[in-house]
Amino acid sequence: MSLTTAHSVVAPSTNSKRIAGAIIIAYALISIVPLLWIFATSFKTPPDSIAYPPKILFQPSLEGYCNLFTTRTRQTPEYINSLGPATGFCDETTRKRNMVIAGPSNFLPRFVNSLIIAFGSTFCAVFLGTLSAYGFSRFKVPLADDLLFFILSTRFMPPIAVAIPIYLMYRELGLSDTALGMILLYTAVNVSLAVWLLKGFIDEIPREYEEAAMIDGYTRLQAFWRTVLPQATTGIAATAIFCLIFAWNEYAFAALLTSGTAQTAPPFIPTIIGEGGQDWPAVAAGTTIFLVPILVFTILLRKQLLRGITFGAVRK
Amino acid sequence: MLNRTAENVARATPEPLARKVRGISDKGLAWLFISPTILLLLAINIFPLFWAIYLSFTNYRANRPNEVVKNLGLANYQRILGDKDIWIAMQTTAHFVFWTILLQTLIGFTLAWLIDRKFRGHAFWTTLILVPMMLSPAVVGNFWRFLYEPQIGLFAYAISFVTRIPPTDIQMLSNVSLAPWSIIIVDTWMWTPYVMLICLAGLRSIPEYIYEAAEVDRASNWRQFWSITLPMALPFIMLAVLFRGIENFKMFDMVNLLTGGGPGSTTEVASITLKRQAFESWRTGYSSAFAIILFVAVFGLANIYVKALNKVKQR
Repeated sequence: MSLTTAHSVVAPSTNSKRIAGAIIIAYALISIVPLLWIFATSFKTPPDSIAYPPKILFQPSLEGYCNLFTTRTRQTPEYINSLGPATGFCDETTRKRNMVIAGPSNFLPRFVNSLIIAFGSTFCAVFLGTLSAYGFSRFKVPLADDLLFFILSTRFMPPIAVAIPIYLMYRELGLSDTALGMILLYTAVNVSLAVWLLKGFIDEIPREYEEAAMIDGYTRLQAFWRTVLPQATTGIAATAIFCLIFAWNEYAFAALLTSGTAQTAPPFIPTIIGEGGQDWPAVAAGTTIFLVPILVFTILLRKQLLRGITFGAVRK
Repeated sequence: MLNRTAENVARATPEPLARKVRGISDKGLAWLFISPTILLLLAINIFPLFWAIYLSFTNYRANRPNEVVKNLGLANYQRILGDKDIWIAMQTTAHFVFWTILLQTLIGFTLAWLIDRKFRGHAFWTTLILVPMMLSPAVVGNFWRFLYEPQIGLFAYAISFVTRIPPTDIQMLSNVSLAPWSIIIVDTWMWTPYVMLICLAGLRSIPEYIYEAAEVDRASNWRQFWSITLPMALPFIMLAVLFRGIENFKMFDMVNLLTGGGPGSTTEVASITLKRQAFESWRTGYSSAFAIILFVAVFGLANIYVKALNKVKQR
């Protein structure tokens, strides 16, 4: 009866929108269940965490977090009774399980390692990447395309394949199991992404800004500092977050090249053992703490996400 | 005197945009900006690569640094290409890459196609879907091991709830035929959002007027999908397949924590073999040769694929 214009036919009907929405919401909810389960498990007691059928309703407890940050030893009830009053919640919970807190666990140092290595390498990668991207974007560099491809191709190598010679090299240089070694390594891995992403961002800033600045008497460096950098801030921030996410999540190099002092959280969390196997609430607590920064970044970053994961090959 | 004249002349003529800046020419500045990156990559990527190439011709063992290193020529390569276990590992890898890419592309594209309808609240749900791909594969792999536990895990419980199969029969990680699928499921869960995001960019890049023209020609919805939507989004889909392909070919962390290559060697993908050879058997020379073969394979396949991708783009 009514006339439909071409456009209104093209636009999806309300009904199909509703079906699409329902499917997407269903997928999102199902795909988020494993994460919610990790979160829920971190607030369970060890017996609750391995109950069958899995407990959806449970009495929340911070025992997992206590166990994450401490190491404990089993003691006789007599010995535990001979101790003074419990000094806090964790102490009390531990004693209920006939154990005594022996000392802090390695989680905090490993987490701090993750912070130092992730932020250190991100800073270096973004710093080097910004300089190179500006170089490639604004100057005639001989063999620029080949160099850019070379930079990208360093990402094709399986980490384990590179790990063998790097392991040997680091052993010679005394860099194995040091934060510096890991920072250098992650910087090298991330700098390819940083150059490609930032070149895309800097290409979009009109050259006229610098030319105007240079006519006003600024040098090239000053023009770069005063006009290009402020314009590229968003791009630099997005690149930094991508580098940070990679360095934060990396496992293969960390597992093979660090064993103790410089170990990061990803190889550490799976090694959290309780009595009789993995202490799942503690593992879940460690995982939850480890995931929070990434979740925050994902939300901050959702608009730039596409560029980052495709090395800037797709613009949005 | 002469200098001053030259300076005056220089001041009078407008500089061709600062060819020289305080002694540093643009060219010098370009190298100053680029060389640190190149030097770092040479030190951390290229030098080790050449070292690995050298080692691949020797019988060097990293746990016995004092032993005399013998040059073996191409013997390592010959042994790898004749080693049945290596070929099985390559098959496992191919199987794994094939199924993950197939599932991720199908589900990812469908999701993108549905989200492209822009229903109410699509931005929020899209962000929620993206969360799994931001996590650490190792941490995720470790935790999925818990979800897969037949006696206590959520996965087995959910499956047995739906299918009525007793949960003790759902041994995802220790059953020889299920173990590869346990990895494929986690990888698909984790990386489908990635494919979805790239497909979504592809779908959003299709100009509206093409659909309007098709409407005028009374093309059916089905026809529009096959002759407009899919071909126009294809380069993006192929890009997603390229990135996922490279990543899954070298996949290590998730497999190492979920199954560690087991049971037996049913999920032993190439990276796991490499790790076992290099860091457990300490056959450094041998594993370096395998690493070089893998690298050449990724590089070669990626190059062929990129050529195909460029052809599709030009159409």
